[in-house]
Amino acid sequence: MSTRLIALAVAFVALFTVPYWMPGVYYVNVASQILFYAVFALGLNVLVGYAGLVSLGHAGLFGIAAYATGYMLQNGFGHVPAILVALVLGLVAMAIYAVLSLRSTGIGFIMITLAIGEILWGLAYRWISMTGGDNGISLHGRPAPFGIDVNTANGFYYMTLVVFLAAVLSVAIFVRSPLGAALKGTRDQPRRMNALGYHVWAIRFWACLFSGLLTAVSGILFVYYTQFISPQTLALTSSAEVLLMVISGGAGTLLGPIVGAGVVVVVKSVVSGFITRWNFLLGAIFVAIVILMPEGLVPGSARLWRLFWRKAGQRSAKAEAKP
Amino acid sequence: MTLWLVLAVNSVTFGGLLFLLSAGFSLIFGLMRIPNLTHGSLFMLGAYFGATFVGGMLGVMFNFWLAALMAALLVAAFGALLERFLLRQLPGQQLAQVLVTLGVSFMAADFCLMMWGGDPINVASPEGLVGFLRAGSVAIPKYRIAIIVIAVVVAAALWLLLDRTRLGAMIRAGVDDPDMARVVGIQVSRLFTIVFALGAGLAAFAGIIGGPILSVYPGLDQDMLPLALVVVILGGTGSLLGSFVGSIVIGFIYNFGQAMLPELAYFVLFLPMLLVLLFRPQGLFGRFVP
Repeated sequence: MSTRLIALAVAFVALFTVPYWMPGVYYVNVASQILFYAVFALGLNVLVGYAGLVSLGHAGLFGIAAYATGYMLQNGFGHVPAILVALVLGLVAMAIYAVLSLRSTGIGFIMITLAIGEILWGLAYRWISMTGGDNGISLHGRPAPFGIDVNTANGFYYMTLVVFLAAVLSVAIFVRSPLGAALKGTRDQPRRMNALGYHVWAIRFWACLFSGLLTAVSGILFVYYTQFISPQTLALTSSAEVLLMVISGGAGTLLGPIVGAGVVVVVKSVVSGFITRWNFLLGAIFVAIVILMPEGLVPGSARLWRLFWRKAGQRSAKAEAKP
Repeated sequence: MTLWLVLAVNSVTFGGLLFLLSAGFSLIFGLMRIPNLTHGSLFMLGAYFGATFVGGMLGVMFNFWLAALMAALLVAAFGALLERFLLRQLPGQQLAQVLVTLGVSFMAADFCLMMWGGDPINVASPEGLVGFLRAGSVAIPKYRIAIIVIAVVVAAALWLLLDRTRLGAMIRAGVDDPDMARVVGIQVSRLFTIVFALGAGLAAFAGIIGGPILSVYPGLDQDMLPLALVVVILGGTGSLLGSFVGSIVIGFIYNFGQAMLPELAYFVLFLPMLLVLLFRPQGLFGRFVP
């Protein structure tokens, strides 16, 4: 327990001092990206990890929140109404998405979410009068919550950090709550849960809404960060990228999606400096992780770590027993 | 009136192409229980390979039909390899298999961009099918009629294969109950490879046949995959009749939607899918809910 507390304290200090030990503004921006993508990955992980429902259309929901923010700001509304409308619209879209895709589970769920995601992409691409088509929507300026300026890299980083910590906390509470326990039950034994009197569909629906809320929040952060939104953000590649964050880090763990977001964003930023073939690499990493390390980096390393310590413990026990 | 007739012909043509694409998708889904997310890429690969053969980029100008056949065989071989060496590594893990097909589809898309660049390639209609067929005031491109004929012939051939041959009986047995099919001595895993190769070949064939109408461009895979998905959700998995009816319906909705509500064409596709999901989740002709 104490080691865990120390690790947590070190992580907190490290996160809060990022602008001081990072070598430049570029790196602080990469850190902000990692944080808001981590919120997105945490949201997807609620479904993929804890509900066992793999969604391939989450970029569409992410995009709805981002487009809503952009559209409202473009039409002269303030930041508060824009963010509120984006959150409400994101939740409504998620509710519709959930009602349709929860008709099925497993492979059927993947297929329906994929189809809905592609349709949302097509909508963003074709509905030019609303979304600007391929040209997208550009924003000017970020909000100033409680009078704090977030136009600088450091300011934006701290705002994202606060939202990120709130998201981590909310997921941690959710997972430990009775609803979270019931959700894991519906993942492992849906029939038994049904027989025990749980409403499996409703539990999944609430999980979808929670996932949608986190997705919308990250979508809003994204659009404020890039100040631009185009249909590319809703493409299947984006849904696949965030799914890669979840499964590479380790689905169904709290830390996994965060680590996965870090790995994917860093690899993407570093690699794109050298080669232009990020999609090829993304596909190759996908195939490699699924075949070689299906449990993800965090549980995989935790397993190796435990194995190492058990071996070391046995060795010291033997050494003590010898004399 | 003329506009409606032309739109209707275009819809049937596009439905025919969709049938070639989605028949394999539906069979693979029915047998292996996974949506093959590389199917759009196989369509695009077929189109690019065919365009390369037809355009004489290898030094020889091939006849259109020969090029189409060669592209289909090449992609069918690729499909067989994909099934044998990647999907076979993950027996029974449907989720992992879907993710692998997704990863391969990204690699294929980037490969095409690397090989053929970002500019669209136009494919000329085969000789003898250039020009129009005139009936009164209506002029219909001959090539579009040829596509309809090809789709009908392929549909008939597939039906004969599935309904009248021993292989077809084995595939149907595998779709209905893979475990029981294994028990009675059918090598279901070999059927996987055969059906995957067949589906890949058909998708590639559709790709190059569709070349003169759609042209060949990066992103073609992402345009076609959702259409195949919607067709299969609509028609039901593993059903040939389902993909036929679904393809024609989607062909009509897509073409008329594009003509009348160009901004919402994609959204209109959503409506039949929504109705089917709400009232008949297994699809119009499907036998099981995926």
